[in-house]
Parts: sequence; C-alpha cells; structure tokens
Amino acid sequence: MSSRIFHIAANTFREAVRDRVLYNLIAFALLLTGAAILVGQISIQIERLVVINLGLTAVALFGVVIAIFIGIGLVSKEIEKRTLYTVLSRPVARWEFIAGKFVGLSGTLVVNASCMAVGVFAALLYVSRQLHGSDAWVLVAIYFIVLQFLITTALALFFSSFSSPLLSAVFTFCLFVAGSFAEDLRGFVGLSHGLQHWMAVIAVYAIPNFSALNIINQVAHGNGVSGQLVFWNTAYALVYIVAVLSGAIVIFEYRNLK
Amino acid sequence: MQTSKLLNVLACHLPAETFVTLPPYSVARYNFSVPAIEILGLEKVYHVGFWRKRPKRALHPLSFVVEQGEIFGFLGPNGAGKTTTLKMLMGLVFPTGGSAKILGMDLDDPRMKAQIGFLPEQPYFYDYLTAHELLRYYGQLSGVNSKQLTARVDTVLEHVGLKDSAGVQLRKFSKGMLQRAGIAQAILHDPKVVFLDEPMSGLDPMGRREVRVLIEQLKNEGKTVFFSTHILSDAEALCDRVAILNQGMLRGVGAVEELTAGLRGQVEIVWAGTSVPPSLRSAACRIAGDTVRAVVPSDQQDNVIETLRREKLRLISVTPVRVSLEDYFMAQLSPDQPSAAAANGKAAQ
Repeated sequence: MSSRIFHIAANTFREAVRDRVLYNLIAFALLLTGAAILVGQISIQIERLVVINLGLTAVALFGVVIAIFIGIGLVSKEIEKRTLYTVLSRPVARWEFIAGKFVGLSGTLVVNASCMAVGVFAALLYVSRQLHGSDAWVLVAIYFIVLQFLITTALALFFSSFSSPLLSAVFTFCLFVAGSFAEDLRGFVGLSHGLQHWMAVIAVYAIPNFSALNIINQVAHGNGVSGQLVFWNTAYALVYIVAVLSGAIVIFEYRNLK
Repeated sequence: MQTSKLLNVLACHLPAETFVTLPPYSVARYNFSVPAIEILGLEKVYHVGFWRKRPKRALHPLSFVVEQGEIFGFLGPNGAGKTTTLKMLMGLVFPTGGSAKILGMDLDDPRMKAQIGFLPEQPYFYDYLTAHELLRYYGQLSGVNSKQLTARVDTVLEHVGLKDSAGVQLRKFSKGMLQRAGIAQAILHDPKVVFLDEPMSGLDPMGRREVRVLIEQLKNEGKTVFFSTHILSDAEALCDRVAILNQGMLRGVGAVEELTAGLRGQVEIVWAGTSVPPSLRSAACRIAGDTVRAVVPSDQQDNVIETLRREKLRLISVTPVRVSLEDYFMAQLSPDQPSAAAANGKAAQ
C-alpha cells in the first residue's frame, strides 16, 4: 500500500473517531447489557440462541448504518467542502484517494465490529456462565458481517463518486435490502422464462449476495461453518469489492470537480 | 526579448486555434530557461441541461506565460473564468482543448505537483484537525521527509503567525486564521510555484496586509506566485505582471506600466485666471477658484502652452495624467472591447 493511501486512510479513521462515530458502541453496549439481563430472566435453555441472534444482528445493523451514512459522504463531502482540492493538487492520484478513503472507513468498521464482538462474548459469558467450543463460530459470523460492511462501504463510495449524498444513501440502502434477499432472487431465476429470466440472471450477478454472508441463525444454533464456505465467501466479497471500487475509480478519474 | 514577452506576442497575434495544432512547446528545444507556467490555447466548455447537450463556454482559448520568480496577478470580475483556469492547472477540472505546462511538466505529472502549492478560494479544511495535524497530513501527502516534517511544520506555522494556535482545532479558527492556515499548507513543502485563488477575499485590512507581506516574502525567496484577485489595488501594488480576464476571454496581459501605457498620453495643464482661450474651449476645462485646468492630448501640449503665452496667461503646471490599473481594467470590461488577441491582431495589420 502506498504511503499516501495509508495517510488518507489514517485521516479518514481519525475523522470518524473525532466525529464520535464510535459512540455507537455505547448504545450497542447498553442494548446488549439490557438484553442479556432480560433474557437471563425470561428464557429457559435458549439464552445463548437469543443473545447470539440479537447481538450479531445488532453488530450487522449498527455497522451497515455507519458504512452507508459515512460512506456516502466520503467523496461528495470532500467535494462540497472543497477539502479535496488541497489533496488532489498534491502528488496524490485520484485512485489513491478512493483507495485511501475505502481503507480508512473499512478500518473504522473493523475496529467497531471488534469492540462489538467483545461485547457479544461478554453477554454470552454472562447468560451461560461459560463459553462453549461452538461459540467460536460466532467469530466466523462476525467475519462475514465485516465482509458485508466492506461491500456496503464500496457501494456507498461508488455512488458517492457521482451522485448526491441523499441519492447515494437511497441506492446503497436499496442494494443492501435487495442483497439480503439474494437467495430468493436466485430461486426466481429457476422459475422465470424469456426476458424475465435474463433480467433476473443479470440482477443476481449485479446485486451483492448478502444472504450468503448471513450465517447468524446457523451459528446461533451451534452449527459449524465449512472452510469451503469461508473461502468462497471471502473470494466473492473481494471480487465484488474490487469490481465496485474499480467502477468508482473510473468515474472519479474523469469527473470535473466544479 | 524575454521568453514571456515573445510568447505573449505570439499568443496575442495568432488565432487561438493555432495553439491547439502547434507542436508542444519545448523549453529545452529552444534552450530557454523553463517558464513557471505556460498556457497554450487552454479552453473549457461545460455541457449543461438535463441531457448535458447545451454547451456553455467557461473559458475561451487562453494563452500566456509566467516566468519563474514573478508575482503574476490573474484579474477579472466574478465569473470571469479565473477559478476555472486555476482548477484546470491543478488538475481538478479537465480542459476541453489546449494544453498547459508548469515548470515544463504536464499537469498530471506527480513530479510537478510536488513542486506547486495551492490555496483554493475560501478554503475549508478538515476542521477536526489541529493546525499542526493538518500541516503534518499535507506534508505526508506531499512526500516531505518524515524526519524533517515536524521542524518544517513548526517553521511554517511561525512564518504565518499561527505558532501559538498550533494545537487548536481548525473549527475554532477565525476566517483570517483559516486563510493563514491555507497559505501555510500551500508553502509547507517549499514549492517553486504557489497558486493562490483570491487570497485576500473576506479579510480585514490587517489580514490583507499580512497576506501581501507573505506574498512579497515568497517572491524574495525566489518563488513564483500566481494569484487571482478582483482587488485591483493589491494587484497593482504586488504584481510584476497581470492578465485580465472577462467573460472567459483574455483582455490583456503584461506589466501594469505596459498595459496602462495605451491609455496614457494625456496631460493636465493648469494656468492662472478664469479666462479660457477660444481654441481650448473644446478641451476638458474646469475652472476652480482663480485657476483653470484642462486635460489635453500630450501631442497638443506645446500648442496649448504657446496659446496661453500668446494670451498672456500665466502657466502654473503641466502634469502627465496618471492612469491606474483600475482605469485600464474598467476599460477592458466594456462590452465593445475586443479580446487581447483580436485587438493585437488588428493592430498588427
């Protein structure tokens, strides 16, 4: 990684920290503490299931909200406030700026998710008094959630490179929702014919498959995850992120910063 | 003849299209010292409207050269195309036609970008950073050696008078302090050419004076300063040469003395008494107390003096009329004024 990408990433991370983005951890901690106490009182035998489901869903929602709402401003805010002018008038290539912004926000989300993961394990320990071997799969689920964050960040950055923050938020959110039902869309491909079939095929490849990255229910029931799934999900996320970021870079390279 | 003069004469005499088709101007080829900025037929047309089909010309083909070590003023009213030109030179906006070089290098050359500094109009910086952090960040992006960076940041902060505010977040800075921070980031990496877009805009008289002193210091350090402004008194006081732009067209380029020379050639003659000889009644005469003042073309000066002598009127003074940059500027902004290239082309015929 070029030093310029690193410095832009570090500044993006610093901005998130100073703008109190990580304060969401307080809300998350309060939610999880309350849930753990409540679940401990009203659930019998399913405390772990409830805590893992609730905890991981909260990790995913908090992170996606941050990825969308910070991601959509990564480029457009810099243009609007003209802070970009003093960056791009230096020996910084436009692609380095996009890459730095992506790495910076991704780093913020990874730190955020790591803190939340500690919270989830603390809640698990509280309700079941001990951790089980199968709880390790929770880490894999969190890893997949982080992959979802990275894809969402790339999408927000892509839309931010050419449209307004509001439209970028709408587009990214719609794709997140559609991607969460990607498996249903795949089922529709098998049932449809003609033009509908081809449109569904295109949509299946274009829309990010977030449902394949959602194994919360599986790990909540203590079921393991195959190494093959980890490998293919990782490869899929990387290819998708590279493709979306390449699109953002191509658009941004030719954009007049009026 | 200086390189800049030669090229400015070329720029004014040749039709704009010529510059697009000329082979790239190579300083090395002609063995001239490298100019700081060479602009050849640079133009910008935006496409506006829903389908982006309606062309809107922001800048007509623009050509001039700025030599190293000059303070060059880029003047024009709001909307003249000054910021568009600066943005094209900074690589923020892509030109529709023409080309430009800075220090003999193309606009997308990273080596060139390491040698320039830029202060945008009404700068806004990352306000969550302190002044020290901001300069460190920009220094890192400019490739300043990390061992020298801290010392360099301290020096520049002291230079712009922000040493005591180094640890204060920029969101607590006044407009004048932000402008100084902006100048600090523009000169941090010791660039050879500094571009300042409206550096005095919005500053109080003290702030303007401080910026003027800073610009003069930059010149004394051997840097080229290219600044856009519509405050003519600043330009007249500071600039070695100026270019005047109006409605995206270059109206004139040269030293203030050269530009105003065309409007000179008038003298004010003052004599005692209240009578005006009949031959001078058509001249602009003004009776003030027991003296009369008349402004006449300088080639008629001897005739007028002879007339006054014949009429036995006592001559008090003969003074050349001073033409300011503002007079020239206002003359260039009149709607019937041809562009610099057209005017010079006509004169050449």
